[in-house]
Amino acid sequence: MDESLSNVGRIKTGESGIIISKLDDLLNWARLSSLWPMGFGLACCAIEFMSTASSAYDLDRFGVIPRNSPRQSDVMIVSGTVTFKMAERVKRLYEQMAEPRYVISMGSCANCGGPYWEHGYHVLKGIDRVIPVDVYVPGCPPRPEALIGGFLKLQEKIKGESALRPKGIEKLMK
Amino acid sequence: MSFEEIKELINRQFPVAILSEDLTATPNTLEISKDFILSVCQLLYEHDKTYFDSLSCLTGLDNGPEINTMEVIYHLYSIPYDLHLALKVILKRERPEIESVASIWKTADWHEREAYDLLGITFRNHPDLRRILLPADWEGHPLKKDYVEPEFYHGMKVDY
Repeated sequence: MDESLSNVGRIKTGESGIIISKLDDLLNWARLSSLWPMGFGLACCAIEFMSTASSAYDLDRFGVIPRNSPRQSDVMIVSGTVTFKMAERVKRLYEQMAEPRYVISMGSCANCGGPYWEHGYHVLKGIDRVIPVDVYVPGCPPRPEALIGGFLKLQEKIKGESALRPKGIEKLMK
Repeated sequence: MSFEEIKELINRQFPVAILSEDLTATPNTLEISKDFILSVCQLLYEHDKTYFDSLSCLTGLDNGPEINTMEVIYHLYSIPYDLHLALKVILKRERPEIESVASIWKTADWHEREAYDLLGITFRNHPDLRRILLPADWEGHPLKKDYVEPEFYHGMKVDY
């Protein structure tokens, strides 16, 4: 064997691969690169959500992998018409998610009641009346590109966060 | 079997059951007296020349306080003879009540529950008459023409 090759592992080059960054940036990068949504759908928007996850749109490339438990999920996509009967259950699921948690309101129904805004005696006129919403995706239903756009918007939002300096505590200290 | 022959068949068995007919409707419709609906359905289901083995749809309808009636409409289909027929029963708007046909067609079970849920029509001898779509604690029947929305449901505002 060539003498120089067998010694490669022992050669010290000084390149130990250190990246210097802020802890905030590292945490945010980790969070925004693995946004796991909860795998549940409410109406026709869920069909678009499913096609967004299909091979044609490949939501996986953003690190978005639907999970089947609220305990393992980072983001909830409210994909469709929220009836009053369902609203209480959606709220319960949101409360079961571990923090930090995010909500994408997908489509007109979840945003504001959609076509049911006037005569929908059974429809909640916007999911933001029950749980806080981070990103609203317009459309009826939004195309997969729009939902991906919503994820990119959410990633932008997460980029600006600071885990070490939460805004809530800052306000309390004032 | 034609519409006339079906009418004839019912008339022979129950001479006062048919109140009127509507030949402009699709399918042609017979208005049946509410006391006879179960027996007429039973006859149409069992007779070997009609054999209406499928209840395609059961609909409840509110005509509003002015006309002051409600309707239950039965869409029947006979798979072996390819026959279509609709039956209509007109009920009073105050405490609408009619015999259930769930004992003939299992399909009627959920259809009648829906009519009860949204219009408040009571189906006598139904196996399990309770709300099917709305939450159990919902007040009122929303498809009634004079239904008034509550302001809140469980603390959630109903209005836009």
